Amino acid sequence: MTQALEAQAYTELLQLYAEYTAAIDAGDWDRWPEFFTEDCIYKLQPRENHERGLPLATLHFHSKGMLQDRVYGIRETLFHDPYYQRHVVSLPRVLSVDGGRWFLEANYAVFRTKLGELSTVFNVGRYLDEVVRVEGALKFASRSCIYDSEMIPNAIIYPI
Amino acid sequence: MNDAPITLPSSPAWPGDGVHRVPYWVYTDPDTYRRELERFYYAGHWCYIGLEAEIPNPGDFRRSAVGERSVIMVRAQDGSVRVLENVCAHRGAQFCRERQGNRKEFVCPYHQWAYDLEGKLRGIPYRRGIRQDGQLNGGMPANFQMDGRGLTSLKVAVRGGVVFASFDHSLESFEDYLGPTILSYFDRVFDGRKLKVLGYNRQRIPGNWKLMQENIKDPYHPGLLHSWFVTFGLWRADSKTSLKMDAHKRHAAMIGVRSVGKPAGDVVSGVTSYKADMSLHDPRQLDIVPEEWWKGPTAAMLTLFPSLIIQQQVNSLSMRHIQPRGPGVFDFVWTHFAFEDDNDEMIQRRLLQANLFGPSGYVSADDGEVIEFSQMGFQEKPDQQCLLEMGGHGSEEATNIASETLIRGMYQYWRRVMGV
Repeated sequence: MTQALEAQAYTELLQLYAEYTAAIDAGDWDRWPEFFTEDCIYKLQPRENHERGLPLATLHFHSKGMLQDRVYGIRETLFHDPYYQRHVVSLPRVLSVDGGRWFLEANYAVFRTKLGELSTVFNVGRYLDEVVRVEGALKFASRSCIYDSEMIPNAIIYPI
Repeated sequence: MNDAPITLPSSPAWPGDGVHRVPYWVYTDPDTYRRELERFYYAGHWCYIGLEAEIPNPGDFRRSAVGERSVIMVRAQDGSVRVLENVCAHRGAQFCRERQGNRKEFVCPYHQWAYDLEGKLRGIPYRRGIRQDGQLNGGMPANFQMDGRGLTSLKVAVRGGVVFASFDHSLESFEDYLGPTILSYFDRVFDGRKLKVLGYNRQRIPGNWKLMQENIKDPYHPGLLHSWFVTFGLWRADSKTSLKMDAHKRHAAMIGVRSVGKPAGDVVSGVTSYKADMSLHDPRQLDIVPEEWWKGPTAAMLTLFPSLIIQQQVNSLSMRHIQPRGPGVFDFVWTHFAFEDDNDEMIQRRLLQANLFGPSGYVSADDGEVIEFSQMGFQEKPDQQCLLEMGGHGSEEATNIASETLIRGMYQYWRRVMGV
């Protein structure tokens, strides 16, 4: 791949990251599953489990269908204090590229603001991603949110 | 002058003789909370520490907590499980800061006092002083005894691979503590099969620790708060339910059988959380396979007072450890587990069903949230009382979900121990 093409692909990746962040910070839940492939993995996992090879995740979805079910849960079934979330995501670091599959890592910090309250640091960690091209568009084949935060402040309802 | 009336919290007094009214100060008063730690966590009760599977080899240790106190669960050289308080006998330093690991001995970093895996004091640097100009100067007094100067060692009970401990060495046996009914449900899960830890979840819930015990002693809420439960029959008004207690009414077992099929009539009338049209895009999240050891019940939720909830909800298994952090906040640490002889398919099933539970779970993220809502109300109006009259005023065992009998039973015990 020429340098120009690599730069173009990286710009596209940045666009994927920016759009993902914008969608979840806006609470645009219908868009969220659309960033993923049909048989995607979405995982929200404590760093402790990840580093020790323990498989349990706080959320572990194995398909776009499960993400759509989560959206239904967020909208219809999970009772919780409403909150805004705001992500600050670092530039992704390319770990490797293999036959059109990008393996990437990016740090994130999520701030939460409850109605009438101060903004607080909600969850801090890194994304471990696998991105592929499906019909021209970049999608997450896998997105693992490995969080450093030792305590979840009560509950995490929305996707990270 | 502003002469608007000011309501001051009245001095804590229990309203009446019963347990169908619980005053809000029970959840907010700092003195009450201190007394609870002393009477429930630091004396008279077995507290959950961890699973033997977390420390398979001699020298393996894992930090845990009893109430607000840090303790270490460690496998000694002889293979036995010890529980030691994480406080150096010298200057009180909480010497162990790692979460888990393997050690031949514990050494406090401050002055390097060294303890063996049983907590005995084995070494003190400069104990006999420092040699200067051919003279030994300083050091511990000549009559200083190493014996009896070790780490505080807790009384330990291990049953079915689960470790409990107490600062109170005069405590009754763990088996007597649970009593035959609750013990039988404990043994139903921990029947000698080796356990396999799947991982942990940690959440900090801004509510009083008792509210979590109450939440799991309350079969009235799941079919209302948790839409998934009612829609998929996991806990519904037509579920066969039994509510059991030990003789002291401190522990409880809430046993249910899943209702398969669409509910009708009373079961969903007035239940606005019922979603008649709800279905899953991916049904693997509820791929439930009955297991032989269940012996019927699809759910058995045990509340072991004061510190533990044992969850068996369909194929998901977890220990939920309550660690109080003040009157209005507690940490809730989940250890999900499987059995060593489970095949990969069953492990995957347990892991997928874990999406139902934990700090983001479809049917338990909202438990933490509503506990927070209750605590907010308590703090605003300390003179008010909770009304706990579902199923009457008494605390007998019951066989339906429209009952708060287990919570009333817990408060009967609570009042006796607290002397209020």
